Amino acid sequence: MKREILEQLQADRAEQRPVVLATFLKTGEQRLLYLVGKKGLKDIDPRIGEAARAALIEDKPRTIETEKGPLFLNVFNPPLRLILVGAVHIAQALVPMAQLAGYEVIVIDPRSAFGSIERFPGVQLSNDWPDEAMEKLRPDLRTALVTLTHDPKIDDPALIAGLKSDVFYIGALGSKKTHAARIERLTDAGFEVDDFARIHGPVGLSIGAKSPAEISISILAQMTAALRQPAASASSAAA
Amino acid sequence: MNSEPMTDVSADILATALDWKQAGKGVALATVVTTWGSAPRPVGSQLAVDDEGKFIGSVSGGCIEGAVVTEALDAIADGKPRMLDFGVSDAQAWEVGLACGGKIQVYVERLDS
Repeated sequence: MKREILEQLQADRAEQRPVVLATFLKTGEQRLLYLVGKKGLKDIDPRIGEAARAALIEDKPRTIETEKGPLFLNVFNPPLRLILVGAVHIAQALVPMAQLAGYEVIVIDPRSAFGSIERFPGVQLSNDWPDEAMEKLRPDLRTALVTLTHDPKIDDPALIAGLKSDVFYIGALGSKKTHAARIERLTDAGFEVDDFARIHGPVGLSIGAKSPAEISISILAQMTAALRQPAASASSAAA
Repeated sequence: MNSEPMTDVSADILATALDWKQAGKGVALATVVTTWGSAPRPVGSQLAVDDEGKFIGSVSGGCIEGAVVTEALDAIADGKPRMLDFGVSDAQAWEVGLACGGKIQVYVERLDS
């Protein structure tokens, strides 16, 4: 391995950029592969690009056969993140559960009475409006977004930013009626059916959850399915 | 067994490899590229070795590290990447203290300037 490749890889990791290190195992030739937008990798054999993207999404390294022999794709993903919009009662239960499940949690609420250090000790808090906060956070493939306020003024800008990004999960709290109204607003904002299929609303698996803790379990379970079984999860979100 | 890539740990390993290199040492990296059966460390796990045989990280539960370090020193000397195959029958695995058998393939490469 060339030192400059390792230096670049470490720089990517420091900036939380998902990257694949591709190594031709016969020759030792290497290069770093990056995701470009939502579609895949540029300037590379599409088959290799596709495999590298799948490796990143599944967070699983793999070897594929190529004309130049076996190619090992090692995955360097940033940590999992959960962005919660709405420092509400459910958030207080969901934060520690998600942290236990390995997520770095960020809570956004422009209402400083909600998003206060007293209510969320030791949690990364933002009192910016969600569109500004999301822009700073640069959500990626390893990020889940959950909106909990039911307030369109606060939830919608976050959902719009989420839909424009690569986040692996979007969940929005609210009844079916609330969700239908939400979809109407998002349609007016220029989004389409494919986009709505990415939003889990009402959020969470249907397990009859009542308390904030139970609702948090249902949300975290659905996030886990989206992370670990993306294909199955997408079809259930569309249903 | 947890099969998650240990990304936080591998950051330390790569950072250490770079530190060693910057200090003027010879350095090699070993990476698990394939596993069969119940392997102790998942694909992608890494180990960095310096030219004195000091190492950080892990490519197995400990039973093959010695052999990997020896090969890594050879790679530092000749600059050629190599692929190492380790297979452990269940009986052998028991002898060396491994709870499970399995096979792994480890790619060893020198960190060049």
